[in-house]
Amino acid sequence: MNGRVIVVTSGKGGVGKTTVTANLGMALADLGERVVLIDADIGLRNLDIVLGLENRIVYDIVDVVEKKCKLKQAIIKDKRQPNLALIPAAQTRDKTAINPSQMREVCNMLLEEFTIVLIDCPAGIEQGFKNAIAAATESLIVTNPEVSAIRDADRVIGLLESSENEMKEPKLIVNRIRQEMVKQNEMLNVEDVREILGIDLIGVVPDDESIITSTNRGTPAVMNELSLAGKSLRNIARRLKGENIPFTELNDNLSRGFFDSIKKLFAVRR
Amino acid sequence: MNIVSLWEKIIGRQEESKTFAKQRLQLVLLHDRTDIPYECLDKMKKEIFEVVSKYVDIDLDALDVSLENVDQCVALVANIPIRKNRNLINK
Repeated sequence: MNGRVIVVTSGKGGVGKTTVTANLGMALADLGERVVLIDADIGLRNLDIVLGLENRIVYDIVDVVEKKCKLKQAIIKDKRQPNLALIPAAQTRDKTAINPSQMREVCNMLLEEFTIVLIDCPAGIEQGFKNAIAAATESLIVTNPEVSAIRDADRVIGLLESSENEMKEPKLIVNRIRQEMVKQNEMLNVEDVREILGIDLIGVVPDDESIITSTNRGTPAVMNELSLAGKSLRNIARRLKGENIPFTELNDNLSRGFFDSIKKLFAVRR
Repeated sequence: MNIVSLWEKIIGRQEESKTFAKQRLQLVLLHDRTDIPYECLDKMKKEIFEVVSKYVDIDLDALDVSLENVDQCVALVANIPIRKNRNLINK
């Protein structure tokens, strides 16, 4: 069974795991991979709504595991991108509704049809986390350049390293970086975060209002050519496929959009 | 520049917050990773003082016992300044 099972985790909640999972899934599908996303946040499902697929849910992962339906019936194919599919979480159950070995079984079955299984891990380090990492051989650690997020990410990295799975080295995604604050030394920069956590970087995503508007519409930011965050996320997908893309997000010349380009035109040069 | 950092510059608190963040994180992660609470280090410090005092005269106030990052590992480092040995002066 040749396929990749990648878990997107962070420890801390609200740092961008679901956004990253949804967008990476869409971007990888656009690059030709057959991708299935699993929402492992049972009881607090969000991957469906971020993708705009919330009204297509009939069965969820708990139904599959409890044999109330066939696996195929719980798989929602994205009509915009046929290479992308979603298995939603249950909303009226909790993390104890499935166990790690059931998760492994589901992932193994999925690898017969898909090339990449991307798992959206819930916040925390309890049962939900254990379920989410059970079948994974790769992990993406999403963090914000901010003390509590980094502290929690460090804990999660430690847990992954001591887990019984055969997992590759975790890869770091620094999400919601704000270049103006970094320049004023009021926000940790990407190198600081990388140095503190001690793992390799795979992506940097700027804080971007287009994420909010994309979620409002249910269309992932990677589908929007003008979205800076979308561009960064597409780059992460390409790096995941082995391409060597330089980290241009670290560049001071990062334009924040149309009005900034206009401002630059009229800027007084000292 | 936001209003908070502008105010802090006005009242003279010049240090940029990111340095604090980095220092605090590095320290707290050392403790998180090794699971040694701060009170434990205090106790260790007192006991180290008692043991070493049996052999040499040391200054409790200058004694420092802390966790440090050494070559990707966490090390417990004790800095034990020895007070002038009175025997040496008499010789």
